[in-house]
Amino acid sequence: MPKMMYRDAVVTTIAEEMARDENVVCLGEDIVGGMGTPGGPEAIGGIWSTSTGLFGKFGADRVIDTPISESAIMGAAAGLALSGKRPIAELMFADFIGVSLDQIWNQLAKFRYMFGGKTKCPAVIRMAYGAGYNAAAQHSQAVHQILTGMPGLKVVMPSTPADVKGLLRTAIRDDDPVIFLEHKALYGMSGEVPDDPEYMIPFGHARLSRAGQDVTIVSTGLLLGFCEAVADRLAAEGIGCDVIDLRTTSPLDEETILDSVEVTGRLIVVDEAPPRCSLAGDICALVAEKAFAALKAPPLAVNPPHTPVPFARELESAYLPSVDKIEAAVRKVLSYR
Amino acid sequence: MQLSREALLRAYRQMKVIREFEERLHVDIQTGEIAGFTHLYCGQEAVAVGVCEHLSVEDKIVSTHRGHGHCLAKGCDVNGMMKEIWGSREGLCKGKGGSMHIADVDKGMLGANGIVGAGAPIAVGAGIACKIDGKGHVAITFSGDGACNQGTTFEAMNMAVVTKAATIFVFENNHYSEHTGFEYAVGTQRDIASRAEAFGMKVWRGDGTDFFSVFETMREVLEYVRVPGNGPAAVEFDTERFFGHFEGDPQRYRGPGELDRIREFRDCLKNFRKSVTDAGVLDHADLDALDAEVLAVIEESVAQAKAADRPTAEDVLTDVYISY
Ligand SMILES: Cc1ncc(C[n+]2csc(CCOP(=O)(O)OP(=O)(O)O)c2C)c(N)n1
Ligand SMILES: [Mg+2]
Repeated sequence: MPKMMYRDAVVTTIAEEMARDENVVCLGEDIVGGMGTPGGPEAIGGIWSTSTGLFGKFGADRVIDTPISESAIMGAAAGLALSGKRPIAELMFADFIGVSLDQIWNQLAKFRYMFGGKTKCPAVIRMAYGAGYNAAAQHSQAVHQILTGMPGLKVVMPSTPADVKGLLRTAIRDDDPVIFLEHKALYGMSGEVPDDPEYMIPFGHARLSRAGQDVTIVSTGLLLGFCEAVADRLAAEGIGCDVIDLRTTSPLDEETILDSVEVTGRLIVVDEAPPRCSLAGDICALVAEKAFAALKAPPLAVNPPHTPVPFARELESAYLPSVDKIEAAVRKVLSYR
Repeated sequence: MQLSREALLRAYRQMKVIREFEERLHVDIQTGEIAGFTHLYCGQEAVAVGVCEHLSVEDKIVSTHRGHGHCLAKGCDVNGMMKEIWGSREGLCKGKGGSMHIADVDKGMLGANGIVGAGAPIAVGAGIACKIDGKGHVAITFSGDGACNQGTTFEAMNMAVVTKAATIFVFENNHYSEHTGFEYAVGTQRDIASRAEAFGMKVWRGDGTDFFSVFETMREVLEYVRVPGNGPAAVEFDTERFFGHFEGDPQRYRGPGELDRIREFRDCLKNFRKSVTDAGVLDHADLDALDAEVLAVIEESVAQAKAADRPTAEDVLTDVYISY
């Protein structure tokens, strides 16, 4: 299998799908980069290099560089989707859902249901999320807990380049609106990626990235790698962890989580968003309800604190769940009985 | 030139402080010691200073992601700002905000802002407060040619007109929003002020690389908005940004020789120096002395920032009303 970076898996998959289906169009701020400048179109691709070369291949009608107008970008995606196109809209930073939320939440997400199932709404909203760059409170947030709670949206959080490819293709071909969350700190991650242009990963199917008998660790995105590191550390001591990469937070693969906890009896969920009403809290509740009899320890959520993301290096690293904090959580659930 | 010698020296010094603050950051950022995204204001100093030299602490400003110049011009402490950008707990925002979120509300500086277009509505609220208080104070929002495309800016303009807020929309047109050209992204082409006019505001235009153009234009704008009942106004300044969008931007969208050309002909500090020395109101020695003094001020701020206390894990949980 060829090796590829996470960001390149994004561009490659979009390019393959745009070549396959002429209804696929892209839109977003600076995704061409250089429009209306002396350097000209593509002088600089988007800031994440997740759209490089698309404009040259597919032209201005299908690769639409937009003004700074997130609400109109999301609304345009909704209108395109209702008009037979398959838009892929980019929000440069996930934090900017704030400016555009109505079009995502009250429009895109609700059309199919509100219209009595009479329409499809095949839109992909890609966004770069997450901390780790000291980009402070308005450019570092993990927003999956907000979007996962919205009926009508599917929410995808790939943790590896291969998953980007398989999940993004599924997202583009899906007939419902899909939020595709790309972690900024993973863009440079390299990994093997199937070059099959039909490679797809179905939504709602988690991936077991480490197998063990003692503790179940559930996560996704950047923090999945931290969980794997913890599992590898503990394996040396003879402690076995199941590490489950959710891949999609909606739909949620309950079965894989519950099956694992039936064996281990111990759960920790590692989540990059704040603790209240969080993905981690949600999954802990699920397990408490549906696998109560199997539990040997209370399910434990590992989240950042209930604060905005701070700027300074020391503060941001104290804010984020770390390998050490995750390891401490595992030891805590192991310490019960 | 109606300005006193003292006022001229002060204006020059303010612009020079911003220039050297940013030039120094440009160097220090390359060492990797400063974290985060930093957007430098170099090239636009005449706008911030030409606006803020008219203001008192009672007047409010709301800034942008490119906020250092506005903050310094409004009186934020140089050392406190440098420490903030270096992420110190002694910084103006205790290292929690960083470059994009510098604020000093007591100075009437209601915050830099990481969200493009977020400032204008805030300045409407502040402008309504000024109107209610009836003391002739104003609220000013700075926005770029990119931010002027944001719906929030449109809503703010209309609401300011309807509520007769004492708000001034200052548009700094530096011809780029990130890597995209103004002519591509702004449908009205070469003009933002005409949009504001269409919303029902009185508008002005000026040269943002010329302190005197900005200062005199703002005198008129402020005379108008400070009159209770007149409501908002807008002004567009044509200006230049000397560095990339953010530090690290390779700027391949620029034309050949563009940066040299704007540094040569569109530098507000050079233009200022030429105007005042040609007119014989200040001489080079006066300005050279200020240059040296300002360099020392910036040097000192960096020394302080490097030596300042670092935040600790406990600091994450302060300044929130509740924490989990
Ligand atoms: C809501 C939102 N959208 C996009 C961005 C990313 N961004 C930051 S600055 C910028 C360009 C702003 O251009 P302009 O308003 O002209 O200001 P300038 O950078 O020229 O000072 C963009 C797109 C953002 N920070 N917030
Ligand atoms: Mg601009």
